[in-house]
Amino acid sequence: MFWNSFSEFLAMGNHGVYVWGSVGVMMIAMIVEPVLLIRGHKSLVARLKRQLRADRRTLSQG
Amino acid sequence: MDKRLINWFKFASPQAFYPLAGRMMPWFWAAAAVFGIAGLYVGFLVAPTDAQQGEGYRIIFLHVPASWMSMFIYLVMAFWAGLGLAFNFRLSGMMATALAPTGALFAFLSLWTGALWGKPMWGAWWVWDARLTSELILLFLYVGFIALQSAIDDPRRADRAGAILALVGVVNVPIIYFSVKWWNTLHQGSSVSLTKSPSMAMIMLWGMLLCALACWMYAIAVALMRVRTIILERERHTEWVRIELSSKE
Repeated sequence: MFWNSFSEFLAMGNHGVYVWGSVGVMMIAMIVEPVLLIRGHKSLVARLKRQLRADRRTLSQG
Repeated sequence: MDKRLINWFKFASPQAFYPLAGRMMPWFWAAAAVFGIAGLYVGFLVAPTDAQQGEGYRIIFLHVPASWMSMFIYLVMAFWAGLGLAFNFRLSGMMATALAPTGALFAFLSLWTGALWGKPMWGAWWVWDARLTSELILLFLYVGFIALQSAIDDPRRADRAGAILALVGVVNVPIIYFSVKWWNTLHQGSSVSLTKSPSMAMIMLWGMLLCALACWMYAIAVALMRVRTIILERERHTEWVRIELSSKE
């Protein structure tokens, strides 16, 4: 381990804002993108299933 | 030999690729997590302070992989787009479309982490340096590709229009890569090159390569997720999608 204390690790030699600003934004981006994709996929599957059921109903009635 | 060829072509159909992509995704997620944790551990906890840049240099563990990915994803995207344009494979266009947003994200992250590195090191968030400007153009190319495709309703025509834009834009990638050699830029030269031994400490190099591998695995996992949604959307009128949807009811 390279650091003497946790506060030293957070301070990053007075570059803390820049280092953690980079890490934070990259982490958020790499969490938000897959979450949005999972939600998009689920809502598409739900929409297609609704359409499928609606199609079947019209077929059985007609 | 023949059988192997047939197998490859089998997975070139969206119908066969959809479940395959679904099965591959968890492995790429797991690999991304393992490489990411290892890379951040080496980069932030093991690697020593840089003699010139202090602790601020640790941004490069994110900046360099993000920049590499932004360029590499563009090449892969242009490759798929070109393949789709030349042979009219349905899946190729979908792959190109699936890669563009992730490429744009990495281009943005490259500029963002670069700005946060530039402020303490150069005293400026941004300069109109050849490397920075060409990377910004790369971001615009991604955004232009996405905007062009979403402006055209017919997906096959959108694929072709996007492919031409993507192929023309390829010229920008070597400009970014070689900009630090061709012009006298403020941006430093590459620390890692294919032709000579790296100009950085071994442990720093390891941290950077692990982070780059994590970004690779992440990009593949995300592209597979997105291509699955695109396949389902575009093939929604086909029989196999109906069977796929009914089987999960």
